[in-house]
Amino acid sequence: MPEAKIAMSVREPAPGIKVIDINGELTAFCEPVLTEAYGDADQPGVRTVVLNFEGLDYMNSGGIGLLVTILIRAQRKNQRLAAFGLTDHYREIFSLTRLDEAITIFDNEAAAVASA
Amino acid sequence: MSIGPENPTPDNRDQNWASNRDHLEIGQVPAGASASRVQGRRLTGPQQGFGQMWQKTFKVAIPGKTPQQVIGAWKAEYGRFWPENTRFYAPVTGIKPGEIGLIKSTQGGLPLSTGVLVLYSDDVSFSYMTPEGHPFAGFITFSAHDENGTTMAQAQLLIRSNDPMYEAGMMLFGSRAEDKMWQHTLKSLADYLGSSARVETKIVCVDKKRQWKKFGNVRYNGLLPKARSRQKGGG
Repeated sequence: MPEAKIAMSVREPAPGIKVIDINGELTAFCEPVLTEAYGDADQPGVRTVVLNFEGLDYMNSGGIGLLVTILIRAQRKNQRLAAFGLTDHYREIFSLTRLDEAITIFDNEAAAVASA
Repeated sequence: MSIGPENPTPDNRDQNWASNRDHLEIGQVPAGASASRVQGRRLTGPQQGFGQMWQKTFKVAIPGKTPQQVIGAWKAEYGRFWPENTRFYAPVTGIKPGEIGLIKSTQGGLPLSTGVLVLYSDDVSFSYMTPEGHPFAGFITFSAHDENGTTMAQAQLLIRSNDPMYEAGMMLFGSRAEDKMWQHTLKSLADYLGSSARVETKIVCVDKKRQWKKFGNVRYNGLLPKARSRQKGGG
């Protein structure tokens, strides 16, 4: 399988809120990396998982599919999924795929954390 | 080498995506196809569907071909790999981002006209997204990649039935028919490219829950003779 060109890390900017920093290219080949990152974020008491796309270089349709599966996992745990750092282009893609109806998009991290 | 959507560089890969739109607008309709169940409809991702969410993956080895060759052939001859009882009318300009393919099929013995938007396309993959009224809501991604030195062709569906009627049909017979259809497609593609490999199938239920709040999707069901239209002024 082609190597995933991505790195993800998880941090906690406030109690009950985890941010996954995404750096690189989000494609279907990133499934193990995203699954591990979500696993790190999914701790007891976490009510919101925020995806930071500021370091996103590229995303294809496989990446969108991965986000849908993560969304389902979060919903199963009664967690909210939010995002910030999307370029105008990827905001349009979230709108086209209607992912923005399930993942709340914010302009920046402060706004995402404040709303959580 | 020309540089375009099919030969992406980091600077122009945004062109691999269809442009944003509220609803589908059909241009030229190929002879024999019908666009009435697609025109004006909204797109539906898996999160807009009703039924359980499934990820279905079908893949087959195509030795001796590059991923680019596999996807090039798949795009160029897409409809020929489908079973005989289902017809795909490829966009006049080919499988490119933003184009719409029309489908004539049967579902449980009833005639069905629907279509798909080409959501994404590059030289090693392309994806469709379905509209309201289609049997399922979601994405279908066709791709090719190297696996231990052999090119694998893959079709992956991330879908929910669009409404309760389709969900009942999927549970009774539709899901198995859908699986056979994609197995046939992959087998035909492999035959066409000189491979006799067996098609591998992996089916995972991603979400067992049905989204009852999407019950009303049934008003667009493509099998209903008077399914609601989203033509301008039609609501």
